[in-house]
Amino acid sequence: MPLLSLITYAPLLGVAGILLVRLFGKADSAAGDNASRWIAFATTLVTLALSVLLVAQFDPKNPGFQFVEEAPWFAGLYYRMGVDGISVLFVLLTAFLMPLCIAASWKSIETRVPEYMMAFLLLETLVIGVFCALDLVLFYAFFEFGLVPMFLIIGIWGGQRRVYAAFKFFLYTLLGSVLMLAAILFMIGTTGTSSIPELMTHHFDPNVQTWLWLAFFASFAVKMPMWPVHTWLPDAHVEAPTAGSVFLAGILLKMGGYGFLRFSLPMFPNASDLFAPLVFGLSAIAVVYTSLVAFRQTDVKKLIAYSSVAHMGLVTMGIFSGNAQGEQGAIYQMLSHGLISGALFLCVGVIYDRMHTREIKFYGGLVTRMPVYAAVFMLFAMGNVGLPGTSGFVGEILTMVGVYQVSTWTAIVAASGVILSAVYMLTLYRAVVFGTITNPKLETITDLNWREIAIFAPLIVGTLYLGLQPNSVFDLTSASVDQLVQVYQAAIGGAHP
Amino acid sequence: MDPVALVTVILFGPLIGALVAGLFGRQIGDKAAMTVTTGFLMLSAALSWVVFSQWTWGGLEPFTHVYAPFIHVGEFQSNWAFRLDGLSAVMLVVVTTVSSLVHLYSWGYMAEDPAKPRFFAYLSLFTFAMLSLISAADFMQLFFGWEGVGLASYLLIGFWHHKATANAASIKAFVVNRVGDFGFALGIMTVFWAFGTIDFATLFPLIEAGVSRTWEFAGQDWQLVELACVLLFVGAMGKSAQFFLHTWLPDAMEGPTPVSALIHAATMVTAGVYMVCLLSPMFEYAPVAKNIVTVIGAVTALFAATVGLTQNDIKRVIAYSTCSQLGYMFFAAGVGAYDAAMFHLFTHAFFKALLFLGAGSVIHGMAHEQDMRRYGHLMPYMKWTFVVMTIGTIAITGLGIPYLEWGFAGFYSKDAIIHAAYEAGGAGHPMGYFAFAVGILVAGLTAFYSWRVAFFTFNGTARWTSEDLEHHWHNRDHDHGHDDAHAVHDHSHSEHAHSDHEYKPHESPWTMRIPLIVLAIGAIGAGFAFHHQFIGEHSSEFWRGAIFKLPAEHAAEGGHSFPVWVMVTPILVSVLGLLVAAYMYIWREGTGAKLAAKQGLLYVFFYNKWFFDELYNATFVRAAKWLGDLFWKGGDQKIIDGYGPDGVAALSVRFGKGAGRLQSGYVYHYAFVMLLGVAGLLTFALWAWAA
Repeated sequence: MPLLSLITYAPLLGVAGILLVRLFGKADSAAGDNASRWIAFATTLVTLALSVLLVAQFDPKNPGFQFVEEAPWFAGLYYRMGVDGISVLFVLLTAFLMPLCIAASWKSIETRVPEYMMAFLLLETLVIGVFCALDLVLFYAFFEFGLVPMFLIIGIWGGQRRVYAAFKFFLYTLLGSVLMLAAILFMIGTTGTSSIPELMTHHFDPNVQTWLWLAFFASFAVKMPMWPVHTWLPDAHVEAPTAGSVFLAGILLKMGGYGFLRFSLPMFPNASDLFAPLVFGLSAIAVVYTSLVAFRQTDVKKLIAYSSVAHMGLVTMGIFSGNAQGEQGAIYQMLSHGLISGALFLCVGVIYDRMHTREIKFYGGLVTRMPVYAAVFMLFAMGNVGLPGTSGFVGEILTMVGVYQVSTWTAIVAASGVILSAVYMLTLYRAVVFGTITNPKLETITDLNWREIAIFAPLIVGTLYLGLQPNSVFDLTSASVDQLVQVYQAAIGGAHP
Repeated sequence: MDPVALVTVILFGPLIGALVAGLFGRQIGDKAAMTVTTGFLMLSAALSWVVFSQWTWGGLEPFTHVYAPFIHVGEFQSNWAFRLDGLSAVMLVVVTTVSSLVHLYSWGYMAEDPAKPRFFAYLSLFTFAMLSLISAADFMQLFFGWEGVGLASYLLIGFWHHKATANAASIKAFVVNRVGDFGFALGIMTVFWAFGTIDFATLFPLIEAGVSRTWEFAGQDWQLVELACVLLFVGAMGKSAQFFLHTWLPDAMEGPTPVSALIHAATMVTAGVYMVCLLSPMFEYAPVAKNIVTVIGAVTALFAATVGLTQNDIKRVIAYSTCSQLGYMFFAAGVGAYDAAMFHLFTHAFFKALLFLGAGSVIHGMAHEQDMRRYGHLMPYMKWTFVVMTIGTIAITGLGIPYLEWGFAGFYSKDAIIHAAYEAGGAGHPMGYFAFAVGILVAGLTAFYSWRVAFFTFNGTARWTSEDLEHHWHNRDHDHGHDDAHAVHDHSHSEHAHSDHEYKPHESPWTMRIPLIVLAIGAIGAGFAFHHQFIGEHSSEFWRGAIFKLPAEHAAEGGHSFPVWVMVTPILVSVLGLLVAAYMYIWREGTGAKLAAKQGLLYVFFYNKWFFDELYNATFVRAAKWLGDLFWKGGDQKIIDGYGPDGVAALSVRFGKGAGRLQSGYVYHYAFVMLLGVAGLLTFALWAWAA
């Protein structure tokens, strides 16, 4: 059974279902909207179930690719899918977040609901495709087409400056894509294969590696996003609808980190080694710079968006540390950030849905009216701060431990992020939640309803479980990561393989 | 009972209590939530004493029980575990005893608060985190507990979250502690990098061989062990409010008084001392780090005592006193007297918790007035409180009879520290005599400010009136624990204790008095009862290797033959402090106020806490805001966006009328163009490759 393809294309069935409703039902009818919501939700649940099945059948001891599908496609191209210990995690994360995104949009999206749901389902297919593709061309196709639904989600269902934000998003990512495409073509041209597993064992000349690395870097750095190509993210987040932000922060940003792990490190190890100081520098700047910027924000969502950039800084430095702690930490940080920042955007969504503003100044004293919300928000704020016991801590400490072994300065600067994150996060929390209600408009604000609690519940469980039992994830990833580290260290003649 | 089962109950009991009260407090009601949390804590405390007595007299062997793996990545191996040894056995009784008494005390103290389940849940959560800290077998669990207690402290300082000052104080506490944790985390990384393990039992035997290894850190060549110790000590400085990182502790008094007693006096703030003692096998090989510990400890002891002389808020004086006493513990550890440091930690827990809870009893009886200038002549109104506070004051000032070896708790431990410093000075410790001199001086200052609190509060003339109290009582909503939503409804119900028309200071209920009495017994007897074990002839059997000392420092163990002046000076300066305080606040009442009114240079300097807050605000806080704005508005908006996407957009606007439509909002069009673009690029690429 081609399980991977099944997972990847299952959401398309939902798209088809919604299309049918859209074609045969009355346009813009409430019933049609509701039907599309349920279809989308059911589809994402099925995809999640299949992904769980995938993880259950996954052999964690095998470091290579599993569930491999390979078939001739067209024009001499091959259709190749497969997952290893790293990508299987991202498939699961995607499938896990998607039903939550749909549920979070249940009430807050009221216009063009069927189109919205289709866009999300399409997004899921494309993103899972990115993580499963084992062929360069296929990867590129998923990777680039994935932008389109996101672009639409921001551009159509976004806030007031949505067009500006969408355009900025597009402009940035376009730049990287063109360069990456050129690099992909070059690679296929010189090696005669587009198979990712084959290319991972192919040794490129170090000079060539340098250019290819830079081309891929242009694309992935924008996606991460790394400083200084990060400015699209705050705008995109601010304008995107809540679920769009959740998915953007939770999944789309991870495509950059995944790219580094899948391409840059194994295919261009010498160049990765060469450019590691550059990555460290940019990452360290990102942590301090964006944390300080976050501290000064007046918009809740923008603050959390900037905090995302800071957290992604840890991911990039961890990846290029080239040791087990750094890689595992980076992967874990991505996973954890997917849950925590997703949850934080949901937290913003909760109050935005009620008050239609994200101005920090508007709020204050919510705890008196919304004690459950206050507790939930506190948990994820603490996760974002990297408090031990939450998943945020494990990723942070491991990346820093990894980086420390390679570059003390980078680790020192990055560690200052633990101070700064506390500053901006607690300041935000105090301003929004603590204190007394002074704004009369807040006097009738209501606490979380059951739908919202149900959305948060899996994220709470996930954040705490991953914070207390991280080994359950390392069991899954360690074989693949160890192999990655070994190959990388062997290629650069590193000290400890 | 199996010791593993015992410690497991001790550890997880408070967690269960916290979860029940925290998650279901609303459903099960106040009483049930309070009973569950207090009950589990009482159980933990009783079992802790069982473990402690088995440890002390029953020959219980040290063990480490692993519950589950935590993080295993390569050599980075950490487990959830319980490590029982001499140090953790001591901490077990300290933490659970004080915590259970504070739980009980809070029944009375927090009786009028509408959010009791939350309060008790936080207290129990704190206790769990503290227990996981002291029972850690490796750095990760230590850090987990370390930050866990930080979280609980943050939540409890800000417990009255409608108060702006409480919120500010809680953030300050968390952030300053994070500054310490920044060092702590780097210290852990250094340890792992240097020795390839973070497990204590595996690490300690490797230290000696690694002493000579050096490494470049932040542009400097360091000895690895020194570097690790210094960085870890930064963490200790944050948690234990040592000089430079002390600013959060006085502000933490914004929290309810039981919290101050438990967290900010007896337990959490001693975690730094505990860590240094636990890591004695490392610090012993790091003479420079030990000097730093000694100097920071001594300076803190002196600094905090000088500030404590001048403060008028009863809780703030005691807070500075705590800070100062922690300084004692650190310089004891710094001169190698880890046992004396731990002993002082142990005795201090009793008398400092007693002083705080006593102060809480006064505050409770005075309608939440905390300014001692509005106290005076309270002895007749609260006799119990007066007696126990006096006991606490005797204990902290270390009164006792030197050659008879008889005295209150503080006498044994503080003198042991002062003697150890003297001894270390004689044995060539570069900072030994300095620490000794500071120790003597601060003993005098301690006596003065402690007696000042006692006399200012209980003796002299009453500087309050019933009207003041009544007024204060009615205005307490502004500064005490009432959620606004509940305050109105709660008011009538909370009047019961104050229903008589004339407002008078009153003694506290039994739920508050019992803990005070128990702690008073500890403050009297803890030193007498245990000094043989902690620092006396049984000490090596008692610690059983948990504390490590390099042989050179053992020189004069056993034979405590100090010159007479070294033996009697501490007690003499202590009595002197007592007499000065009595002169200024009883015999010539008003002398203190007159001195303060003069606003002498030194007074202003001390009263303003050496201007640390002002300094930090002017530098770090302002710099962070300024840089944040600079990066945001200058970096992101002007430079990156200005020359990047906005610049490109502006260019494209200039180049064509089509750009006017660019802003028109037809997103579908762009998406379509995007699709075409991607597809076109791909097709072209494939065609080019195929050809």
